[in-house]
Parts: sequence; structure tokens; C-alpha cells
Amino acid sequence: MIDFDVVGLSRLQFGLTAMYHFLFVPLTIGLSVLMAIMETVYVMTGREVWREATRFWGKLFGINFAMGVATGITMEFQFGTNWAYYSHYVGDVFGVPLAIEGMMAFFLESTFIGVFFFGWNRLSRRKHLAVTWLVALGANLSALWILIANAWMHNPVGAKFSYETMRMELTSLWEVFFNPVAQAKFVHTVSACYVTGAVFVLSISAYYLLRNRHTDFARCSMVVASSFGLASALSVAVLGDESGYALTDHQKMKLAAIEGMWETEKAPAAFTVFGWPDEKTQTTKWAVRVPYVLGIIATRSLNEELPGIKQQLVRVEAHIRDGIEALKALRVLRKDKTNVEARLIFEKHGRYMGYALLLRRHVADPATANADQIKLAARDTVPAVLPLFWAFRFMVGIGFYLIFLFAWAFIETTRRRYGGRIFRWIALASLPLPWFASELGWFVAEHGRQPWVIEGLLPTFMGASAVPLANVIVSLVAFILFYSTLLVVDLFLMVKYVRIGPAPPDGRRRLLAKPERVTERLDGTPEPAE
Amino acid sequence: MSAELIPLDYATLRVLWWAILGFLLIGFGVLGGADLGVGALLPFVARHDAERRVAINAIGPTWEGNQVWFVLGGGAVFAAWPQVYAASFSVFYSVMLVLLLALILRPVGFDYRNKLRNARWRAVWDVCLTIGGGVPAFLFGAAFGNLLQGVPFRLDETMRLSYEGSILGLLNPFALLCGLVSLAMLVMHGGMYLVMKTGGPVRERARSAVRWSSCVLIMLFGFGGVCALFWIKGYVITGTIDFGGPSNPLAKAVSRSLGAWYTNYAEHGWLLAAPGLAFGGAILGFVLATFRRGAIGIWFTAASVAGVIATAGISMFPFILPSRLHPQSSLTVWDASSSPLTLFMMLAAVVLLMPVVLIYTGWVLRLMRGRIDEKYVRENADALY
Repeated sequence: MIDFDVVGLSRLQFGLTAMYHFLFVPLTIGLSVLMAIMETVYVMTGREVWREATRFWGKLFGINFAMGVATGITMEFQFGTNWAYYSHYVGDVFGVPLAIEGMMAFFLESTFIGVFFFGWNRLSRRKHLAVTWLVALGANLSALWILIANAWMHNPVGAKFSYETMRMELTSLWEVFFNPVAQAKFVHTVSACYVTGAVFVLSISAYYLLRNRHTDFARCSMVVASSFGLASALSVAVLGDESGYALTDHQKMKLAAIEGMWETEKAPAAFTVFGWPDEKTQTTKWAVRVPYVLGIIATRSLNEELPGIKQQLVRVEAHIRDGIEALKALRVLRKDKTNVEARLIFEKHGRYMGYALLLRRHVADPATANADQIKLAARDTVPAVLPLFWAFRFMVGIGFYLIFLFAWAFIETTRRRYGGRIFRWIALASLPLPWFASELGWFVAEHGRQPWVIEGLLPTFMGASAVPLANVIVSLVAFILFYSTLLVVDLFLMVKYVRIGPAPPDGRRRLLAKPERVTERLDGTPEPAE
Repeated sequence: MSAELIPLDYATLRVLWWAILGFLLIGFGVLGGADLGVGALLPFVARHDAERRVAINAIGPTWEGNQVWFVLGGGAVFAAWPQVYAASFSVFYSVMLVLLLALILRPVGFDYRNKLRNARWRAVWDVCLTIGGGVPAFLFGAAFGNLLQGVPFRLDETMRLSYEGSILGLLNPFALLCGLVSLAMLVMHGGMYLVMKTGGPVRERARSAVRWSSCVLIMLFGFGGVCALFWIKGYVITGTIDFGGPSNPLAKAVSRSLGAWYTNYAEHGWLLAAPGLAFGGAILGFVLATFRRGAIGIWFTAASVAGVIATAGISMFPFILPSRLHPQSSLTVWDASSSPLTLFMMLAAVVLLMPVVLIYTGWVLRLMRGRIDEKYVRENADALY
């Protein structure tokens, strides 16, 4: 039967590896585009400083990209190792965008990244520029397909359950691709990645200006980062994916949890800026509310009401009852495919079968559940309100702060002042913020999806592999040790190469390119004379 | 697009996807496999830093793209053979963990090694690259060795998997033999790549590595064939098969017998071309390495890699993942695939996208051609790994 310790640890492992992965991905995606922009300026103007800028940010990109790959492989293979039933249940649909990502995006990015680093002397300027853009294109397409897959977990369109194969099967790739949740997620997430890249470039440039080193390079980088960052930061906020939350049943539940909205909000819904959601009393204390705002964000209208948690639970209980009917009909159908009555019941209630599976946590056979167990199962569909409420507000707070920071940077760079000491210190201190915002954003999106792994279709605990607990403990510990060690190495190298800085154009490059004395003779021969 | 409009029948789609899976595995074996072989050979063909940089930079610009064949192989199995993906990865949980940890060492190893000019730092990453090359090269074969014997899982009525057995059961003598076959094969192929791509002492040592590894491969691969005839029981589907039916593994009956893995070769003699390619490629690899003809030799070691992988696949056809614990649960071409629509859509994606991938991969390999030796590394020190 289902071992809930295995489920819990598998979730922890997936969550942790995903969060490690997303420490590297946003910078990779953001920097790839920034590098391509800088190299474009180089090809257009022919000024060496832009080439050095491309190469310098490229070096940091490379250090970071290696970790992105090292953590990404684990993500893909964990579906099979730890989420075997999930893989069987939805592979027919979910596997498609992942496989297309490999063919269309990851191949492109990985093949041309070698040329980006090793092809400077083998290609003309224009050709090398094309390669850099292809790397950036690959990184962005990769995000597109992965987010299409992820969005399907939130809004499983274009698929149907087959009682003959006991799994979800594709009915329309078109619908999976043009899933509205996927579109909202892609624009929001990729913009956030651009912001991350821009903050990275802005902060490090500010650091050089503070130290009065590489000033020409730093100013150039700051110009690109501030304009690109401002556009991206505005895009993250305006096209925030809360708009997607009004779409589906569970997204509405998540929205209610994020807003600490226990009771239905009459249109136009007010936005709670601050408050303390209390799960026991099911109220939000000390709420500070702004009228109209939530209605506009979530429904893009002033006349739709948003259902509260308590009201939504009534609907969930009805779904569970329908799901039980579907499950009973499925059992008949598995024995006798030709049973018309069972097929009709299944066609009517089949889409709620996942709700009946929620009962597996409370009763061995969902078909025999009583009213209390149904109530308990319905209660499981409310995500943890307090962490979601606050994680969301911190994320949004950081987002608005970064708009302000980039607006300031934009004004400074257009006036050709590049900030005073205060601005530069603030910019440097803001370096970690986009990472906090990204991780919080994923927490809101994916923890808010619980208890579902596929919304409305498959509870998370059903998706896990029935592997021995000891295996999961070993792998969890191994991943934490491995990735933490590599993260330390990654940060050490990043800091080191930032300290070294870009090589100045032409003549003095060779001197600075060897920043360290050789601590030990690396081979038998004497060091060649420079 | 609705299911009725698909111009190919379900059985054909399934066989095509079995072939595509083989194509992706061979693609990884030929391109990524050479990089794994070079990694495994690193401490043996290159003694000090300058030599190691020669070997590493021989694969430096292209290993990243080559590894995608493996990632894509995983994605393609997920999409086209979901239950195979689910069962194989979870049955091999411990092996997959070791494999992943070894593979993780590669991207960081390649990229971080040259970032400090410290001998100890570089020595640590050299060990990582050797593990990251040798361990996966061995484990891929060991996994195949287990597939050929059947693995311990069963499916229940809701298609949920359960397992018995331990990591020690997975590392049985025949699996170890198959692991050595794949290690020898990739060492031979990676060695030939170094003969083609490098100069100086690295090339000479790689040459001798190709010579002995091709001999080891021929002997072990032949011995594996003998094992499959006398000791390792194969699997056969008994009773009627619905080639175009919905994917339900429990709808068939399966029996086990000695020599069953030879059935396909007995019925279609021309399939013996696959093991023929494996042996012939290795023999010609040995000969061409002797004469230092790397640029021609690489085609023959590649053919040998393709032959070995194809031999394993054809022997098992239509089985993909046989179950030792409950043979009826075995996953086969006819009952473990995705739906017709998914297979067709994915086929369209392969037909549209893979030629483009092959074209730009070819362009990059051509762009990065040329021999790498210590002089080249010295002159381009800052621009290389």
C-alpha cells in the first residue's frame, strides 16, 4: 500500500532538487539574452569593450550553466525513479513536451554552447553572433516547453482518461500547447529570469564602479542591464501569472489561500495587503484591504466574484461524491468493457475520479467512504494558507522593489551618471533578491497545487513509486551533499571570477588572464615563456 | 487532430517507436559514448596536466551536445513508452542514483577544471571526469544485462508497480559481464576518437587502448552470446497477441525458455548483421588503430557500438522490459506504448526536428575539426578547458 513516508521524502527530494535547479536556470536564461544583446552591439559598433563584456559575462554564464545541467538531469529522471505511477498515469501527455524540449531546445542550446566558448577564433563576427543568439533561443525555448509541461499539471487540458489502459491519454496537442496557464506561466517566468540576469549584471557592474575598476566595461554593462531589466521587471508584474489562477477549480482554491480569503469576496474583490491567516479559526486577522484590486488582478473585471475557501469546500465534497460513482463504474468496466450503464456513468462523472482518490489517505477503499471521511478528504484540498499568503507577498514586494531599482538605474544611465555611491551600494545589495523571489514564486505555484500532482486528476501521494524508504533516504542525503558541495564550489568560482574581472581589450589581456601564480608545477616541463 | 485521422496503424507506430528508441540509444552510444570512453581513459592516456588538457579539449566543444542524446532518450521513453520509463527507472533506483551522481560530475568537471591553476584542484576534477566517464559506461551495460535476464517487478490491476530484490541482485555475474562489454566498447570507441583527434603521446597511448579494448570487447561480447544460449533464459509471448490493441501488459501470457533470445535471429537470418557489425567493427577498429587511421577507424568503432546495441535490442524484441518476478507483467512493444495519437505526434516531431539537429551537429563537428596537441593547447590556453 502507499507508504506516506516515501511520499513525503520523495516530495522533499523533488522540491529540493527543483529549488537547486532554479538557482541556476534563471541566471542562465537571463544572461544568455543579455550576452546576445551585448554581442550584437559589438558586431554593430565594433568596439572591443562589448566583446570583452560578452566574454566576461559568458564566463560566469558557463560556470552557472554547468550547474544548471547537473541539476536538470536529476529533475527529468526523478519522474521515473520516484514518481513511477505518475509517469505511467500521465506520460502519454506530460512526456510529450519534455521530449520535444529535448529535440527543439536542449539540443540547440547544448550544441551551440560549445561553439560559443570555443568558436571565437573559428568564426566570423556575424556567425559567432548568430551562435550566441541560438544559445539564447535554445534557453528560452527550453523554458517554454518545460513550462508547458508544468502548466499541464495545473490545468490538464487536451487529455482524457482511458479505462482500458488506466491512464490519461492525449486528445489534442494543440490544447496542451496553447494552454492559457502555460502562456501566463511562460511570460511571467521568463521575464523573471531576465530580471535575474539583469540584476546580476547591474549589481556586479555597480561593484566595479564602487571599486573604480573596469569602469568603461561596467558602464556599458549597466546601460544594457538597466533598460533590459526595467522592461522585464514591468513585464513580470503586469503579466504576473495570478491571472491564471481564476481559471480552474483548484487554481481558485490556491488563489483563495494566497489571499487568506476564507469567505467569498463579492465583486469587485478587495486585495488583502497585510494580515495573519489563522487556519484554526479560518479567519484572517488584522487584515488591511485595498478595494477592487484583487478583482482586477484575478478576473480582469469588476463584476466577477471570487469564491472563498469555505464555499469552495462545498463544491469539492460534491466532486468527491461524483468521483466515487466514477470509481465504481470503472471497476465494472475493467471487468466488462461492454457494460453500457457503467460506461454512461463513467462518461458523466469520470473527470472527478481523482477527487475520489483523495479518500485513499483516509480509507482503504474509497467506494466505502462515509460522510466524515469525505469531509476530511475535502479539507485536504485547502493548501497551507499562512505560508502561501506570506510567500506570495514577499515575492510581489521584491518584484515591485526591483521595478523601482531598475527605474532608478535607467534614469541614472540615461543621464550618463551611473549612480552615486548610495545607488551602487543598493544595487550591489539587491543581488540576491531575484533568487528569493523566484524560489518563493515556485513555492507558491507548486506548494499551492497540493494535494494534487495533476490538478483534479491525481493526488500527489498516488503518484509516488513504491520504492523502499531506505532508498529514498540515501538518495535524498546524497543529493543534498552533492549539490551543496557543488553550490559552494560554484559560488567560490563566481566570486573569484568577478574579482578578477573582465580582461581589458587587446595588449594587456595576457597579463591579467593569468591572475594567479601557479601554486605547483602542473607538468614536467617548465612554464613556457610569455 | 483526432485519432481517426492518423495515417499509420498502431502496430506500425509501435515498431517505428521501438526503432526510434534504438536510434536514440545508438546516437548516444556513438556520440556521447566516445566522450564517456575518453573520460574513462583520461588517467591512462594522459599523465600530466598538458596531456590531460589535450584529451579533455578533444571532446570539450562537443560533449555537451552529445550528452543531450541521453537526456532526449529519457524524454522519448517517457513520452512513447511511459510504463517502461516508470518501471525501469524505479526498479533500478539505486543504480540510477549512482548513474546520476556520476553524470552530474561531468558538466562541472569539464567547466571548473581549468578555472584554477592549482595542481590539486585539477587532480580532483580529473578523478571526477574519470568516474563520470567510466561509471556510466559500465552501468549502461549492466542495466542491459539485467534487462536480458528480466527485472523484479510486477503490475497490479491499476497498473501500479511493486518490486522485490535489491541492488545486489542487480549486480549479478551476467550484468557485470554486460557492464564490462559496454565499458570495453566505449573505451575502444573513445580511444579511437583520441587517435583521430589528438597528437603526441596521448594519441599513442589511446592507440594501444583501442587495440586491447577491442580484443576484450570481442571476447566478452562473444561470451555474452554463449551465456544467452546456455544459461540465460529468454522470454516468449505465448498465445494470441493484439498488435494494435490498447496498451495493457496484463492481457498477455509469457513463458521463459533457454535460447529464446535467439528466436528472432533463427527466423530472420539477415538480422545476424547486427552482431556481425559488432564483431566486424571491432576487428577493423583494431586493424585501423594499428595503422593509426583514426579518421576511418572511428566509423568502424561507431559501427561496432551500433551493432552491440542493436544486437541486444533485436534479441529481446518485442520485449523491452521483461519481468522475472511476474513474466505476465513484462513490458513489450505491443502493450507498453503511448496512445496512437501521442506516438504519431511525437513521430512528426522527430521527423521535423531530428534532421535539423543532425545538420547542425554535423556543422559543429566540422567547424571544430583539426588535431589537438600540446602545442595547440599551449597557444590557446585561455580559450580552452
